[in-house]
Amino acid sequence: MKNFTYYPGCTLRTKAKELDRCARVCAEILGINLEEPADWQCCGGAYTTAKDEIATKLSAVRVLNSAKEAGNPLITVCSACHNVIKQTNYDISHDDEMCGKVNRYLGLSENYSGETIVYHYLEMLRDVIGFENLAKQVKKPLKGVKIAPYYGCLLLRPKKALAMDDPENPSIMENFIKAIGGTPVVYAQRNECCGAYTIFEDKNQAVERSAKIAESAREMGADMIITACPLCMYNLKKNSGCDIPVRYFTEVLAEALGVEEVGNEQ
Amino acid sequence: MNRIGVFVCHCGTNIASTVDVKAVAEALSHERGVVISQDYQYMCSESGQNLVKNAIKEHNLTGVVICSCSPRMHENTFRKACSEAGLNPYLVEIANIREQCSWIHKDITTATEKAVILGRTAIAKVTLNTPLTSMESPVVKRALVIGGGIAGIQSALDIAEAGFEVDIVEKEPTIGGKMAQIDKTFPTLDCAACILTPKMVEASQNENINIYSFSEVSDVKGFVGNFTVKIKRKARYVDETKCTGCGLCTEKCPMKKVPNEFNAGLDNRTAIYIPFAQAVPKIATIDPNYCMMLKNGKCGVCSKVCTAGAVDYKQKDEFIEKKYGAIVVATGYNPISPEKFDEYAYSQCPDVVTSLELERLMNAAGPNGGTLLRPSDKKHPEKIVFIQCVGSRCDDDRGKPYCSKICCMYTAKHAMLIREKYPDTEVYVFYIDVRTPGKNFDEFYRRAVEQYNVHYIKGMVGKVTPKANGKIEVQGSDMLADEQLRIDADLVVLAMAIEPDKSARPLATMLTTQMDTNDFFTEAHPKLRPVESATAGIFLSGVCQGPKDIPETVAQASAAAAKAIGLLCKNSITCNPCVAHSDELMCNGCSACEKVCPYGAITYENKEFRMPDRTVAVRRVASVNPAVCQGCGACTVACPSGAMDLNGFSNSQIMAEVDAICK
Repeated sequence: MKNFTYYPGCTLRTKAKELDRCARVCAEILGINLEEPADWQCCGGAYTTAKDEIATKLSAVRVLNSAKEAGNPLITVCSACHNVIKQTNYDISHDDEMCGKVNRYLGLSENYSGETIVYHYLEMLRDVIGFENLAKQVKKPLKGVKIAPYYGCLLLRPKKALAMDDPENPSIMENFIKAIGGTPVVYAQRNECCGAYTIFEDKNQAVERSAKIAESAREMGADMIITACPLCMYNLKKNSGCDIPVRYFTEVLAEALGVEEVGNEQ
Repeated sequence: MNRIGVFVCHCGTNIASTVDVKAVAEALSHERGVVISQDYQYMCSESGQNLVKNAIKEHNLTGVVICSCSPRMHENTFRKACSEAGLNPYLVEIANIREQCSWIHKDITTATEKAVILGRTAIAKVTLNTPLTSMESPVVKRALVIGGGIAGIQSALDIAEAGFEVDIVEKEPTIGGKMAQIDKTFPTLDCAACILTPKMVEASQNENINIYSFSEVSDVKGFVGNFTVKIKRKARYVDETKCTGCGLCTEKCPMKKVPNEFNAGLDNRTAIYIPFAQAVPKIATIDPNYCMMLKNGKCGVCSKVCTAGAVDYKQKDEFIEKKYGAIVVATGYNPISPEKFDEYAYSQCPDVVTSLELERLMNAAGPNGGTLLRPSDKKHPEKIVFIQCVGSRCDDDRGKPYCSKICCMYTAKHAMLIREKYPDTEVYVFYIDVRTPGKNFDEFYRRAVEQYNVHYIKGMVGKVTPKANGKIEVQGSDMLADEQLRIDADLVVLAMAIEPDKSARPLATMLTTQMDTNDFFTEAHPKLRPVESATAGIFLSGVCQGPKDIPETVAQASAAAAKAIGLLCKNSITCNPCVAHSDELMCNGCSACEKVCPYGAITYENKEFRMPDRTVAVRRVASVNPAVCQGCGACTVACPSGAMDLNGFSNSQIMAEVDAICK
């Protein structure tokens, strides 16, 4: 068993319960122990690049620090949480001024300066377990299923801080799909933005963007799209006008590992 | 007893306006050993030099200190003057009171004080100077040209024309380089092959030129005038002396699915091949990665059909060693790979091509016989989008920070040629800036816009999306109209940045020459010595030194040849006497100096020494080859026992200077 501090994030408690449940079930099967800290808060939702904006980054530092205290790497699932926490961690270890401000504000018993290693769940599969080893544990391979990975805009960018994959020509989800027996479909729109929060202000924008993504995947022959982001899931399902199934990557992972009754989050 | 003369220059007002030169001369006249201290308006002028010369004779000077500009400007002038007056030229020291004092200070008191200290420092040093004599070293009258593209060919032809032997080492089976792959050349639109191939033939027929094709430089030793170079002649499995280049083997070879490099991988060649019809030398080469005979011993067709009996499956790499007086580097360039720029969907769509691929698609000897067809469905493209600066002027680690210089012009050329040949085609060019400095270049670009109606759009492309219907959606911004554009194109062409060939970096190490962070060779001086490297005897030709087009490359190639000829004309060369030497009695044989020497000037030998008790001991000691040493002084710093010392800049001289500054 390998221990990780697990940060679910608030959407996984409400809209995206299945993303969370499958992540936990699969981790158990794969010999990964996920420890959820008792007092986590919402990550803030979107990383602000304003240098003097400290308040919205504090909750990310709290969870990073609790992983440090537990002596674990930190694991996240939701693309947005992952983005906020990794960028905060990067900035706090590269920007002394910000680091000082945050620590003065939080008044932790010991200063936090970016010691925790942050993994996205997919990175954990690739770098800790290894896709080859994952493939060996697959019980029900998704044979013949053409799966279009949807990265969205937050999972890989900015490249320097997230250091996960090449944002313009990524391969991590494609290799994940291969490991669980499916056929990855490469399509140009896989790393474009779905429109995200613009759905509240300018619905057309989000409709146009997500339609483009879903159509691009369908045109390339995909049977389904997988994503790690609840907001992308929402836009692609509700606003794309396309009936292509969209699922969380942890759902298809659970199915491949033989978990019974995997839901299909709506 | 030292008798030192000090001469303080006004340099018009350059020095005199911020430094009180008379006060400096007066202050320095009281230094120990100084017998005369004078100031003058222009010390470098004829009368200024005479002042120095007369003082040497009159006061029987043993050392001269000139307080003036940087030694880079006039050290040689004053050395020559002193030499004419009978003083060894290495008994002259320059105190730089212009660049390092008057030009950078505003306050006269401070500047004057500093000028006095700089003068005192030079006096302290010159007191310890010793007369030095330059040595002579013979010159081997043969040149090596590394790389057989247009740069290498031009340099070789010019050197051969001057009557010297030249060897060209080319890593590919044929000379010709990138220019051989290009269809037409800007701004005159003449056919590249028509002007290049006669030069290739000329090179092969010139009796002074010897071409080592399919060969690489594997080791370089020696120094200016006397390099020893080891050349690896890679096994081509064909006897060069027997092959007639008839091409029968390439017709019969059953292995026909090898990506054809010459056509940028757009079609296939056979495992035994001649790169293109006009290849020089026109000799077949077997690709061991694909030849079934070499891989598993089954086939042998080429050997059977060869009437000359030239095929030799047992051929091995060979090494030859030759001596050269001068080396011209002409290793050229390659376009970078588009894989890191997949927002342009190169890996996803065969109809997204690079500019070099487009050259082949449009070339009569290319995969489509000169008809422009899409790679995917062989249909005529009706809408073509060019994207410029892919990886050039790039601010992240995906690309290059520099402008690749040639792309604006060749893109205008492509656009114009397409509009000329297929007037029904719509052509769009996305650009950051159009850069066309060059003779007839801007006129050329304007012709593309005004006469050929090519749509130039200022802005970058954000996304290229291949669609199921075969179209490619190009999304970009038009910055002048301030709007987002979506163009459904049939073909997208990427103007990739260019980078130095991968072989350049290891070669630079072998040649002990310098490179910049982009792996371009560094010239000895960016303005005044643009075709020489900082290492004596190594000259730079073509894109290996920086991005340039064909006319510039040819000009630089001839310039490099002229410099090489200048060297080869000499029977011997004068070496700089300010070189390192090792005190063998102090040397402990640790090799620290050998490791830091960037020129490979230090070797070790076992020597016999007579010990105090009359026994003889053998010790390993360093020895410096004065002809190779460039006098950089790295070894003197690295030497833990203080055995290494530099003539003209000895440890004691430098310590004396430091003492004088701190006094």
